[in-house]
Amino acid sequence: MVQLTGEEQAALAGRDGPAVQKAMQIITALAEIYEASRLVPIASAQIAGVSYKNLGEAGLEFLEEWAAAGARVRVPAFMNPAGMDLERWPEMGIAAEFARKQQRVVDALLSMGVALTCTCTPYLAGYVPQAGEHLAWSESSAVSFANSVLAARSNREGGPSALAAAITGRTAAYGLHLLENRWATHIIEVRCRVRSASDFGALGYLVGSQVEDGVPYFRFRGKGSLTTEPPVEELMALGAAMAASGAVALYHIEGVTPQAQKALGRGQAASPSIAVLPVIYIDDLSEGYGALNSPLHEIDFVSLGCPHSSLKDIERVAALLDGKRVRATLWISTSRQVRSQAQRHGLVKRIEAAGGKVFADTCMVVAPIEGMGFRAMATNSAKAAFYSPTHSGLQRRFGTLEQCIEAALSGHWPGSSQHCEA
Amino acid sequence: MQKLRGRVIFRGNARGRALVSSASIGFLGGVDPETGVVIEEGHPLQGQSVAGRVLVFPKGKGSTVGSYTLYRLSRSGLAPAAIINARSEAIVAVGAIMAGIPMVDLVDISQIETGDWVEILGEEVLIGGEASG
Repeated sequence: MVQLTGEEQAALAGRDGPAVQKAMQIITALAEIYEASRLVPIASAQIAGVSYKNLGEAGLEFLEEWAAAGARVRVPAFMNPAGMDLERWPEMGIAAEFARKQQRVVDALLSMGVALTCTCTPYLAGYVPQAGEHLAWSESSAVSFANSVLAARSNREGGPSALAAAITGRTAAYGLHLLENRWATHIIEVRCRVRSASDFGALGYLVGSQVEDGVPYFRFRGKGSLTTEPPVEELMALGAAMAASGAVALYHIEGVTPQAQKALGRGQAASPSIAVLPVIYIDDLSEGYGALNSPLHEIDFVSLGCPHSSLKDIERVAALLDGKRVRATLWISTSRQVRSQAQRHGLVKRIEAAGGKVFADTCMVVAPIEGMGFRAMATNSAKAAFYSPTHSGLQRRFGTLEQCIEAALSGHWPGSSQHCEA
Repeated sequence: MQKLRGRVIFRGNARGRALVSSASIGFLGGVDPETGVVIEEGHPLQGQSVAGRVLVFPKGKGSTVGSYTLYRLSRSGLAPAAIINARSEAIVAVGAIMAGIPMVDLVDISQIETGDWVEILGEEVLIGGEASG
């Protein structure tokens, strides 16, 4: 039975109006379902379910009515990607009717005080949680990054429950909010070389499909399996893939992520014994690459930026495109904050001079690309490759950023290379 | 008449004929928000309308956007009269609260059959009483 403070009881009783009451009903019901003993104040909320493609008329209607009933967020809250670049949507080939509905979704959220970030990487756009902070984030790759790399604490919220948490400023204290649920459940011994974001994506795909909602603890053991500390882009790719093929919301990497030392719970009373944790050996990534690659030769759509591209990746793309011209449609999706940094560095101009597009606010997973006539996609994102056949009806190639740019320039997928030699 | 007790997810009183599913229900893509009819291929309730029924199923599944589908059904007058789950999860629970649909869980749903007259009074579930009026 959840214990509420006086303030929480008053909100539940309707003191702060019907919009807050409904939000508090949602939070307390979730507390009951997940047997939380209390609610915890949150530092921020990240709201998924922004794209009209996923939300539909039902979601739009609810958001507008909740906003009209006076719902306002009490903590910093920010939007997940929308179904289009809110400014350049005609260049994407978005229908005007879709654009109108999408804009109404965004307007409803804006009127509740949700910031117009439209990104799955708020931590690259100036919203970086502190270690130990409780959050109500809903985009699965962002939840994974916040928990694993930043040591904040968030469950994988649904869009509506994240919004309810933003409106009440609280979430139910269960799951990953509690330290005892943050210990490792599986040891992952990686004995092959992992050296690019796509390698980390393939690894994440393999591990996520085996551990489901567990907490994997990675050890990179093979000779040269991990030559340097993985950059942010590789950690993003790993977490995003595990959250797509499984429901992993927290992982640890020995010697890399901040809570890895505590993750085995050594010396704590109720801690798991490391000896009894199941061990998964990864000797080869080719199975992961195989599952995410359709046997395609011709490529007419190349899409990078799932999760949203960092400035560094945009620089890499610009350098690969200089003086050349793409044959396939090339989209790089990122947050508007990172795009304006890229603009200041002249990168957007360089990419677009080669025929590519740098779109903000959206990505290939949540944009309605199924109706745009593309036949074959190439991406460096294991997550996008995982979702595209079912979400967008598109067959795809999955490989490194360099392979994707080569495909954009030639219109063909470059011969698949050997990954993960022992 | 049989009386069961559950856990209140959204408190309210409601009654209607039971529509019982042995399988989980995912509302996004599983129930047509324009008609209230279950449209998931191969689902035991495929082709049946949830409108006005006491909808009994083990638990929810699928996308969290399914919460909004329940809300939309209720705005169109096509929502279930009440929901009974064996064990609730977030999607259906949040949807029931948004839509104001009385809901209980932790109920032995094997005691309820499609067509039974069921009344929900807060945490109490009354099965097999006579329809009044």
